[in-house]
Amino acid sequence: MIDFFQQQRINKWKTLNIILLSIIILGTIGYAVDKIHFGNQFPAITIVAIFVAVANSIISYFYGDKMVLSSVMARPPDTSNFKEQQLVNVVREMSIASGIPVPAVFVMEEASPNAFATGRDEQHSSICVTTGLLNTMNREELQGVIAHEIGHIRNRDILTMTVVAAITGAIVLLSDWARRNMLYSSRTRKKSSGKGSGILLLIVLILIIIAPLIARVMAMAVSRAREYMADAASAEFTRNPLALASALEKIQQHYDKIVDRATVGTAHLFISDPRNSRINNDESFFANLFSTHPPIHKRIMILKNMAGVV
Amino acid sequence: MIGLTIFLVVLVLVLLIFIALYNSIVRSRIQIDNAWAQIDTQLKRRHDLIPNLVNAVKGYMKYEQETLSKIIEARNKAISATEFGDKAKAEGELSGLLTRLFALFENYPELKASQNVLNLQEQLTTTENQIAFARQHYNDSVMIYNTKIQTFPGNIVASIFSFKQREFFEIPEAEKTVPQVNLEI
Repeated sequence: MIDFFQQQRINKWKTLNIILLSIIILGTIGYAVDKIHFGNQFPAITIVAIFVAVANSIISYFYGDKMVLSSVMARPPDTSNFKEQQLVNVVREMSIASGIPVPAVFVMEEASPNAFATGRDEQHSSICVTTGLLNTMNREELQGVIAHEIGHIRNRDILTMTVVAAITGAIVLLSDWARRNMLYSSRTRKKSSGKGSGILLLIVLILIIIAPLIARVMAMAVSRAREYMADAASAEFTRNPLALASALEKIQQHYDKIVDRATVGTAHLFISDPRNSRINNDESFFANLFSTHPPIHKRIMILKNMAGVV
Repeated sequence: MIGLTIFLVVLVLVLLIFIALYNSIVRSRIQIDNAWAQIDTQLKRRHDLIPNLVNAVKGYMKYEQETLSKIIEARNKAISATEFGDKAKAEGELSGLLTRLFALFENYPELKASQNVLNLQEQLTTTENQIAFARQHYNDSVMIYNTKIQTFPGNIVASIFSFKQREFFEIPEAEKTVPQVNLEI
C-alpha cells in the first residue's frame, strides 16, 4: 500500500509528463505542417505550436480549476438554503478530519447526483456538487462523498485531473482545426515538395487521428486506481465506509441520468462517470486501459469489505 | 582522490536524508498543533451556540426545563473550568446532554417544523462533528508523529533534537457512556 505522500509525488510526476507530452504532440504537428506547407524553411509553425502548448500548460496549471468550474456553470452555495448550508458545514467537517485547508464550495444545477474536486494544491482547491446530490443524499452519505473529494485533494489527484481536463480540451480543439486546415490545403496546394511530402502527409494524418486518442490516454493517466484510493481516504476520514457505499448505491440507482455539462475533457473529474459510458462497467484489460472510472459495484463491494459486511 | 569524492558524495547524501527526516518530523508536529487549535476553536463555537438553541426551543419544550437548565449549567462549567481534567469532564457532560436533547426533539413535532430550530440543530451538529473529527485528526497526527520519532532512522534525528512523544487525546469517560433518554413523558 502506498501512502499519500508517494501518491502526491506520483501525481506531480504524471502532471509534468502530461505537460511534456502535450508540448511534444503539438510541436510535432507544427513541424509536420511546416514541412508540408513550407518545405524546409524556417520552422515558424513549429515555434508557434510549441509556444501555444507551453502557454496552454501554464494557463491550465493556474486557471484550469476556473475553466472547469465555469464549463459546468458552477455557482457559489446559497447559505439561506438549508441543504446548501449543510453542504458548507460538511465540507468544513471533512477538511478538519483530513487536516487540509477548507476548499471553496460550488454547486451546479443538475438533477443527476454527482460531485467533483478541482484545483492545483491544498491551498487552491474547490469542491463542486450537483443539486441532485444534495437532494438525494442524507447527511452521512453527503459526508462520505465529500470525504472522497477531499481525498482527491489531499492525494493531489486534482492537479493531474485538472491539467488533463484543460489540456485535453485544447488538444481536441486544435486537432479539429488542423484536420479542417489539412483537408482545405490538400485540395488547393499547387506545388508538391516531392517524395517526402507523401510520408509527411501520412504522419500528419496519423497525428490528427490519434490526437484525440492520446487525449483519452492522458485521461487514462489518471487511472482507476485513484478512485479506489479516494474511496479509501473517505473511509479514513469518516471512519464510516458504509456511508460512501450507500451514497454510491444511490448514485447507481440514478445511473440513467447523465450530467449534460460534462464533456470528454471533464468526465474523469467526477465521483462517478457523468456520461454513463458502458466501458466503465467492464473489467477487461481494454476497459482497464481506457476507462475513466472503476465499476461502481466493485467500489461498493470494497467499501463494504472495509466495514466487515459482505 | 576517488576515495575522497565517494566520501563527500556519501556525506552529502546522508546530510540530505537527515534534513528531509528532520523536516518531515517537524511537519508532523505542526499538524498536531493545528489539530489541537481546531478542537479549541470548535469548543468555543459550541459555547456560543448553546444559549441560542436553548432560547429557541424553550417555548416548545415545556416539560424539559430541567434538561435545558442542566445544559446551560454544563456549558457555564465548561467555560469557567481552568484545569484540563475539569474542562474535559464538563465538555463530555455537555456532549452527552446535547445528544439527549436532540433525541427528545423527536417528541415535539412542532420543533421539527421550525426552520430556526432546524438551522440551529444543524449548526450544533456540525460543531459536534467538527469537535469529533478534530480529535480524530489530532490522534491520527500524534500516531504518525510518534511512529516517526520511534522508528529508524527517525529515532536518531529525534534523539539529537530531543523530540518528545505526544499524548493522545483520550475520550472523557462521561462521553463514552451512552446518554440515557427519558421516555416517560
